Amino acid sequence: MSAFLDIIASAGLWAAVLRIATPLIFGTLGALLSERSGVLNLGIEGIMTFGAMIGWLAVFNGADLWTGMLVAALSGALFGLVHAAMTVSLGLSQHVTGLGITLFASSLSYYIFRLAVPLASTPPTVTPFQPISVPGLSDLPFIGPALFTQTLPTYLSIVIALLLAYIVYRTPLGLALRMSGENPHAAEAQGVDPIRIRYGAIMAGSALMAMGGAFLTLSAFNSFFPTMVQGRGWICIALVVFASWRPGRALFGALLFAFFDAFQLRLQTVLGNVPYQMFLMMPYILSIAALAVMARRARVPQALMQPYRRGER
Amino acid sequence: MTNDTSVTPVLELSHISKRFGPIVANDDISISLKRGELLALLGENGAGKTTLMSILFGHYTPDGGTVRVDGVELPHGRPRAAIQAGVGMVHQHFSLAPNLTVLENVMTGTEPLWSLRSGTAAARRKLLAIAERFGLGVDPDARLGDLSVGEQQRVEILKALYNDARILILDEPTAVLTNIEAERLFSTLREMARQGLSLIFISHKLDEVMAAADRIVVLRGGKVAAERKASETNKAELAELMVGHRVTRPKREPTTPGETVFEASRLTVSSGGIERLKEIDFFLREGETLGIIGVSGNGQASLSQLMSGLAKPATGEMRLFGEPVTALDVHDLVDAGIGRIPEDRHRQGAIGEMAIWENAVLERIRQPLFSRRGIVDRSAGQAFAATIIEEFDVRGGTPASRTRLLSGGNMQKLILGRNLYRRPRILIAAQPTRGLDEGAVAAVHARILEARKQGTAVLLISEDLDEVIGLADRIQAIVKGRLSAPIAAEHADPRRLGLMMSGDWTSGDGVSGEGNSHAP
Amino acid sequence: MRLERREHRPLVLVVLSPILAVVAALAIAGMLIAAAGAPVLEAYGRILTGAFGTRLAATETLTRATPLMLTGLAAAIAFRARLWNIGAEGQFYLGAIMVAALGSSALSGLPGPILIPFLFAAGAIAGMALMLVPLWLRLRFSVDEVVTSLLLNFVAVLFVSMMIDGPLKDPLAFGWPQSMPVADHALLPKLVERSRLHIGLVVAIVAALLVYLLQARTVFGLQSRAAGLNPEGAVFAGVPLGRTLVKVACLSGGLAGLAGAIEVMGVKSYVTTDLSPGYGYAGIIVAMLANLNPLGVIAAALFTATMFVGADGMSRAMGIPTYIADVTVALSLLTMLVAIFFTQYRIRR
Repeated sequence: MSAFLDIIASAGLWAAVLRIATPLIFGTLGALLSERSGVLNLGIEGIMTFGAMIGWLAVFNGADLWTGMLVAALSGALFGLVHAAMTVSLGLSQHVTGLGITLFASSLSYYIFRLAVPLASTPPTVTPFQPISVPGLSDLPFIGPALFTQTLPTYLSIVIALLLAYIVYRTPLGLALRMSGENPHAAEAQGVDPIRIRYGAIMAGSALMAMGGAFLTLSAFNSFFPTMVQGRGWICIALVVFASWRPGRALFGALLFAFFDAFQLRLQTVLGNVPYQMFLMMPYILSIAALAVMARRARVPQALMQPYRRGER
Repeated sequence: MTNDTSVTPVLELSHISKRFGPIVANDDISISLKRGELLALLGENGAGKTTLMSILFGHYTPDGGTVRVDGVELPHGRPRAAIQAGVGMVHQHFSLAPNLTVLENVMTGTEPLWSLRSGTAAARRKLLAIAERFGLGVDPDARLGDLSVGEQQRVEILKALYNDARILILDEPTAVLTNIEAERLFSTLREMARQGLSLIFISHKLDEVMAAADRIVVLRGGKVAAERKASETNKAELAELMVGHRVTRPKREPTTPGETVFEASRLTVSSGGIERLKEIDFFLREGETLGIIGVSGNGQASLSQLMSGLAKPATGEMRLFGEPVTALDVHDLVDAGIGRIPEDRHRQGAIGEMAIWENAVLERIRQPLFSRRGIVDRSAGQAFAATIIEEFDVRGGTPASRTRLLSGGNMQKLILGRNLYRRPRILIAAQPTRGLDEGAVAAVHARILEARKQGTAVLLISEDLDEVIGLADRIQAIVKGRLSAPIAAEHADPRRLGLMMSGDWTSGDGVSGEGNSHAP
Repeated sequence: MRLERREHRPLVLVVLSPILAVVAALAIAGMLIAAAGAPVLEAYGRILTGAFGTRLAATETLTRATPLMLTGLAAAIAFRARLWNIGAEGQFYLGAIMVAALGSSALSGLPGPILIPFLFAAGAIAGMALMLVPLWLRLRFSVDEVVTSLLLNFVAVLFVSMMIDGPLKDPLAFGWPQSMPVADHALLPKLVERSRLHIGLVVAIVAALLVYLLQARTVFGLQSRAAGLNPEGAVFAGVPLGRTLVKVACLSGGLAGLAGAIEVMGVKSYVTTDLSPGYGYAGIIVAMLANLNPLGVIAAALFTATMFVGADGMSRAMGIPTYIADVTVALSLLTMLVAIFFTQYRIRR
């Protein structure tokens, strides 16, 4: 029992929580933005992979780290554009299109990566984002090392979560977004173009997903390797449901999830006799459990997954 | 109301034409509306009312003609243009988001998209002021999904007024309202006209058109059939103008009811934790039609689900052909020869993407006639479908063509056919003519009367009073999940039925007004 | 310009759509090959010869197509009933590990003619069991099965990893995490001598025929299609929705599990965590390319296998990463979706 408490009381755990949460925050917010407009984007897993690859590749080729993030975001927006064209303009199945985007984006990432970086025994690396200490705050005992020694993209993800919460609930744009996801016919009748809103939300959301991916190669690690996203995208999709489509709760959900993940990583060292795979399964099982608990309680956007065509009811 | 006839009309639709492929939806329609006028647009389904309104609001681009507001021509195909010019629309199916608040529903699209902050406080003040002015009170912060249908309609009207609409168009506004709510609505509309707004309401109900409108434009087959002042016409003339020929609904011949085939006593049905039907009593007899009247949403859906085998009673007793049964199950019903016409033919009655023959046999697919050892006998199914198409005059498809391609009336004939072909002992008909044109309505009515004549016990659940008066032998009203005592059709007149539907049951049996909750 | 629904689907378009989709995908992938500085047509030529140029290559392509047919059928049958089983990858692995466990156990004393069908069934049941989890979550808690079946893929692979690192670990594998091999007489007979092509191909083709007949001719086929197209209408017509979906889930998961079983018994004889190069996911593409038609699955699986096997040879010769095969196949899913769309809609001005 005391081993558990030791883990929880270590500043290292809490620092890890924020680090693990960052890609999830980006990804969950991205998926949430898209779903709030009425479109499920299962391209997330592939878009995160592509973002991780292209962001890293840009930096590897001499760009600075923020340019890498930007390149990732733009690439994400581009995949979002494809997804929007297929699901919004053509009204194709959001499930299948999203999976197609995932398969395409991830295989394209591997292709480009292999083309640009020949096979080597040790993967090439870049210098990732460095933790910045917040003057004063970082020196606080426990809280300082736990919360205020992160890299800039981590802080950025939290700022974006708060900003998104503000936009969704406090601005006309957010209302237009919600109306497009709840009742696009009403939105259209009131002069909001749900098609443009959906395009915008999917593209912006996909850009966030790709930034989440880029965080992996530019901050959490320093190299790219295939399958590194490891289902984080799908976990984000589950987190959106867990968060009941609210940005604030998405932030909380990602942090809670990351807490469990960080906790199990440390638990592995304590409980050496349990196969490590059991611990690795936990995030996925936890996501499934969260879905089961929340699926009926969550207030789903009413028009989610329903294609909207002008003049068709 | 027509005090300034010399000035330009506030709204003028001139020579509007619109075709969809071979179908002419609007043919050279011209209508003008004056300030402070309450105009009724009367017509059957398919007369072109909806298309005309969609053109006005820029959802469709007309093939010819112009729309003018205050003499200024509106550009075609721009949804925003009509709203900006001060035209507001209240749809029959509300354009609202149940998960958002009243205020959010109203505010959508009223501010520049990229403003950094919503002006919620000012919007709330404006909304409350408008509500006050026209007597349309609602709580701006209520979640829309928690409001009653009448309140939701008020939100729709407020939405238009909030956008400074001076011209208001209402599409079948009373379709979902109780008599009392409808009365209240029309007094609100008259008040609006008095305060200088101009209104058009679309309807196919003669009574309300006569009672509320200043002027009536009748549409038929995509054309303006006539235009009358309300003071210079009468219902008979309007009905004839609307339909184009004298309406002759088939006459019910008196029959002697046979034995009781179904009996329900003190039956309660719950779903989602809400009692949808409360201790209802009724029975069905051979060769007799029981009509259930009521305003939409008072438990009709649950009743038809129960009788179609889709819902189980929580308490109470049922007897089918004299035998006690605890629940009705689709297979038992179908095997026992009980015909079911569902409330919503597109969602329940047929699977649009499947072939006509598949829809004809789906509910009986396990019967030896259509399958053996799990293998479908396609030729038997197709032959059966061909027979129904022939005998029930289903037009527009062969057994192999997709059911989606059938018109509503023909789809209903297919559903009737698959049920009536076997001479069912009981027929459950839920809203059997909803949304059908007059010709199809007559065909459906004739079939139901014929089945009754041949000894079928019919349960007719309908919101169309004329239909129930025309077809039923006994009538019960459903109000908030409770059933009134039956009255004989001979004693039914619209006034008495209206009272029954409003829950004013003087007889008092089986009715106590507590524990009311919203029916689905 | 607006999209208008077609009254009738022209047969020509329906037949041509997969071909057009593949051509479009090849054209786009061609740009990627060109971007890598290789001659596009030569590259495609080499893919074709790589896949069919020699007898050995052709058998290899057919060997690859076998699991793809089965996972493709798994997806097709589920999608037809609008059950989004994206978990074929996990079901494949569970089927595989089940066979490895039983095929190396005391049960392997059974004679081959009994053992082989028994192991097929065991693999299929393992796949079914895994698919019933997302279905149960959907029916009980209304959870979208897409995400749950996807997440279970990761769980299944980790479970396999745990098994081959633990109780099923082969002690003779020099410490590599791989399962013990199945008994020799549990291995599938070869179709062609001195190749990897095994009888599993026949099983897959027969499965496709059976699924076709099941869907086109049986009460279950009619009911599962009704359930997928319009659940409310199906319930009204007395289709037992839950039971139908359970059957569909069992078939779908079972086929994916069978794919894993056959891959172990036909090709590898043991299980590692790279047994499948994404057969489960590729099955989704195969199913969509086939327009969910079970017979079309055979052709679509052949195309996909051709790309994968052919790209291996092309890659060695021209220095283009083999991932080009994955890219092309994924692209063909997207182009196929668009192609199907234009069989249903047309553009009107």
